[in-house]
Amino acid sequence: MELHKLKAHELKDLINNKEVKVEEVTESFFSRIDKVDHKIGAYLYKSKEEAVNNCKELDARIASGEKLEGLGGVPVAIKDNISVKGMQNTCASKILEGYIAPYDATVTKKIKENNGIILGKLNMDEFAMGSSNENSAFKKVVNPWNEECVPGGSSGASAAAVAALEAPLTLGTETGGSVRQPASLCGVVGLKPTYGRISRYGVTAFGSTLDQVGTIGRDVEDCALLTGAIAGVDKMDFTTVSTPVQDYKKSLVKDIKGKKIGIPVEYFGDGLDDNVRKCVDEAIKVLEDNGAIVKKISLPLTEYSLAAYYIISSAEASSNLARFDGIRYGHRSKESQDAVDIYIKSRSEGFGKEVKRRIMLGTYALSSGYYDAYYKKALKVRNLIKQEFVKTFEEFDVLLSPTSPSTAFKFGEKTKDVLSMYLSDIYTVPVNIAGLPAISVPCGFVNNLPVGLQFIGNYFREDVLFNMAYSYEAATDWHKKAL
Amino acid sequence: MEYEVVIGLEVHTELLTKTKIYCGCTTEFGGQPNTHVCPVCLGLPGALPHLNKKVVEYGIKSGLALNCSITKYGRMDRKNYFYPDCPKNYQITQDELPLCRDGYIEVELEDGTKKRVGIERIHIEEDAAKLLHTPAGTLVDFNRSGVPLAEIVSKPDMRSPKEAVKYLERLKSILSSTKVSDCKMEEGSLRCDANISIMEKGSDTFGVRTEIKNMNSFKALEKALNYEIDRQIKAVESGEKLTQDTRRWDDTKGETTVMRSKEFANDYRYFPEGDLVTLNIDDEWIEEIRKTIPELPHEKEARFVKEFGIPKHDASVITFTMSMADFFEKTAKISEDAKSASNWLMGDISKIMKENATWVEDLKFTPEQLAELIKLINSGTISNAIGKKIIVTMFSTGKSPKTIVEEEGLIQNSDEGSILEVVNKVLDENSKSIEDFKNGKKRALGFVVGLIMKETRGKANPQIVNKLVNEEIKKR
Amino acid sequence: MSVSKKDVEYVAELARLSFTEDEKEELIGDLNSVLGYIEKLNELDTKDTDIIVNPYYIENKFREDEIEPSLELKTVLNNAPQRLEEYVIVPKIIE
Repeated sequence: MELHKLKAHELKDLINNKEVKVEEVTESFFSRIDKVDHKIGAYLYKSKEEAVNNCKELDARIASGEKLEGLGGVPVAIKDNISVKGMQNTCASKILEGYIAPYDATVTKKIKENNGIILGKLNMDEFAMGSSNENSAFKKVVNPWNEECVPGGSSGASAAAVAALEAPLTLGTETGGSVRQPASLCGVVGLKPTYGRISRYGVTAFGSTLDQVGTIGRDVEDCALLTGAIAGVDKMDFTTVSTPVQDYKKSLVKDIKGKKIGIPVEYFGDGLDDNVRKCVDEAIKVLEDNGAIVKKISLPLTEYSLAAYYIISSAEASSNLARFDGIRYGHRSKESQDAVDIYIKSRSEGFGKEVKRRIMLGTYALSSGYYDAYYKKALKVRNLIKQEFVKTFEEFDVLLSPTSPSTAFKFGEKTKDVLSMYLSDIYTVPVNIAGLPAISVPCGFVNNLPVGLQFIGNYFREDVLFNMAYSYEAATDWHKKAL
Repeated sequence: MEYEVVIGLEVHTELLTKTKIYCGCTTEFGGQPNTHVCPVCLGLPGALPHLNKKVVEYGIKSGLALNCSITKYGRMDRKNYFYPDCPKNYQITQDELPLCRDGYIEVELEDGTKKRVGIERIHIEEDAAKLLHTPAGTLVDFNRSGVPLAEIVSKPDMRSPKEAVKYLERLKSILSSTKVSDCKMEEGSLRCDANISIMEKGSDTFGVRTEIKNMNSFKALEKALNYEIDRQIKAVESGEKLTQDTRRWDDTKGETTVMRSKEFANDYRYFPEGDLVTLNIDDEWIEEIRKTIPELPHEKEARFVKEFGIPKHDASVITFTMSMADFFEKTAKISEDAKSASNWLMGDISKIMKENATWVEDLKFTPEQLAELIKLINSGTISNAIGKKIIVTMFSTGKSPKTIVEEEGLIQNSDEGSILEVVNKVLDENSKSIEDFKNGKKRALGFVVGLIMKETRGKANPQIVNKLVNEEIKKR
Repeated sequence: MSVSKKDVEYVAELARLSFTEDEKEELIGDLNSVLGYIEKLNELDTKDTDIIVNPYYIENKFREDEIEPSLELKTVLNNAPQRLEEYVIVPKIIE
């Protein structure tokens, strides 16, 4: 049985019914990784020995009659900016080469507690800065649907690994769309939860008020399974809240009768590829057929989200990345002469170009004389954007849009012009600014490259998102098209 | 040209919580280097801060004790700078919305008048790691990184180094009485930086100010400020333009020197700390904390004057520290002689403590024992002079005065007969002294009395000796 | 507001980064490009708007003053690029 071709919830059932061992499932994925990852480039670290040991442990418990709850023995791969004790945590950067995380992130702990098997650490754009995974200091990741194209970013490998059947479930992180956009480009399901839904403790910070751990799976049920296992308030992260986590399984129903879907015109403007627009229009029809009420709306502040996002995220990043200095861990320049030198040389040698660019932008935006004009201004605009969403959700259950203005672009296509790369985040970023949850599901293909459909929900209404997404998925079969 | 001096003090005090401000590592002093650390205070990737409630409580408590108003909606901010003692290369502190604002301390000037020195703000923040400079390089110990500090910034209200010292003494006295900090400058739990400038007398524009660091005692503070005043006046009068520097006080050389700046540019790029949330401090919590504030030094001082009838000056000295005040109060109550209690504490006992670098808390003898000593003197069992010897033994052994008197046979001799014998013996041997005294040299009497006391090993009742010597001299 | 070479050098110092002359030129272009785009924020009147820090209001999250386990010394030192006995060591700081 080619177990790696099955979905996570299918595998969980097989394990639970003792039709297959936990170790067999994990071995199947490692075989797949050995077969294809030299092409895909998703894995920076494979944790074979530890994974197999954990499998044996779980299999022993099953043999003794225990039923595995939670992830039930299903394997998960984790983006290399989320700490797993004893493993590397490079954030795809030279500056963290050699660093071994001495503690588990809360989400890692929860995966372990919920009987997940950790396959290894996944590639990414360096420090999560990028939309194509071209900014990894180590190797590139290709889109499994077309090797000349990018998988998206910064959680490019997290999406590609699932699409290429190298893992059934993966964790990524989002600051401006870094889970949804690659999920869209790779034809898989990716969720960014409400800010504060999932703990950030152990997740290397990029934009403290924007970052969230995201979950990726091959279908909505898989995504919901992983999300349910790691969501919840955490005393180690003061920005998480005690709003109860719903039972997402209950949301996996087709019925969306009477649910109101808003279609913001600003997400369907000039920058949107016509073929992508067609796919999304089709999707809207499907939802209407399923009973939802669809209405066009306007969110005029949408066009300001990207600008506010780049100021806020870069400013926070410039501070969050200050700790990478070669003093306590990571790369220390061999050329440093004194304690001033050590910073400049280690950081300049260790950071890639995009990271340096964002640090410069962020430092500038916070610097004396510019703080009010840039950072403070962006925080005020953030308030306005948020208020616009809050008002909209008084009437609507979800909003709908394409996840990305295009399908996967070619390597090198957007790296020449800084702004053009940034603009590929235009539909995802407003959600991070407001802190709302959003999910991307596959909704078609253009030239054999996947198209993603985005649902945006109200605060802590991941249940509504899963319901919507499941309803759409049940009426289509994009998720069944595998590589 | 006459000049006016403008001084402001910035004081950092370590708060006495069990754990650090943003993590659960212990704040205990000492301990093997780099063993009181965790991902948070070490600045590891992915770590997040967790604000210690007690630190906020102690911050509010110090603010209330210093007459501040407490900010209702506050938050934490990041101060960004690179330095090896700063693990995240930013410090989580408070910039725009500090915990407390607009307080004051009443300071008593030399002429007896009272002056209010304003407190601009108090905020809470984390301490940096410890650096040890060696020829091999600089060693870093992160145990101290994250220890909670309260920063107390005064308004530039002080007009002389002496005023500044009085302010600092008062501040230390009040804060240590609330027990939020032990305020020991020598141990580093109280640190003081000063800002000082000069301006022409009568002017209302402050001059260019200098920041002075590395003053590790009250004396050093005074010396450094005086040095700066001289330096600044000399500079101005020779036409030199003063620059806003940070200078380091060198106590051995007795001078300040310009420090190489910690940062190339002091652009700290303050912005709100997004990993922490809004502080909403309600009146209920404030009142709860206010109730835990003990009787403050100036309140105690007033009470001692009223209740024990001791002079204001004595009361002021005695209430300088809580422990001294408590010791006095117990002793005064048991001995029923407050004046003697305060004299002993302010006099001999303070002297011995200073010589031995000891604090009141570490004294081996108790208030009960001091009271006993006072009673022994008042009852005439021993003389005051003997008492001074006994207190030294009490200090080093902790034995009770009664025990010491017994062991060393120090009971005062008030037997006139035996004293008279010694008096006559000494007078017989010192006829020149008698002559000198009769010729007007009053000191000769003291000399003779001294010999008699020596002869009796201090045990003769001094009043009786004086009486008999006067009588016998007249006879000769 | 236009970014000059001096600005780039000042900001690079603050951020502890060094650049070649070519890199500086490129940065000037990139920063100006992005900052130019960001100018559009000025189209919005935010005079009477408050800033928000956390995406939504959260207040009074605290930790109790109780001791939690610390890391072991060897764990701390394992990741240190250079160490001397129980300390992390850096090149001497000139005060």
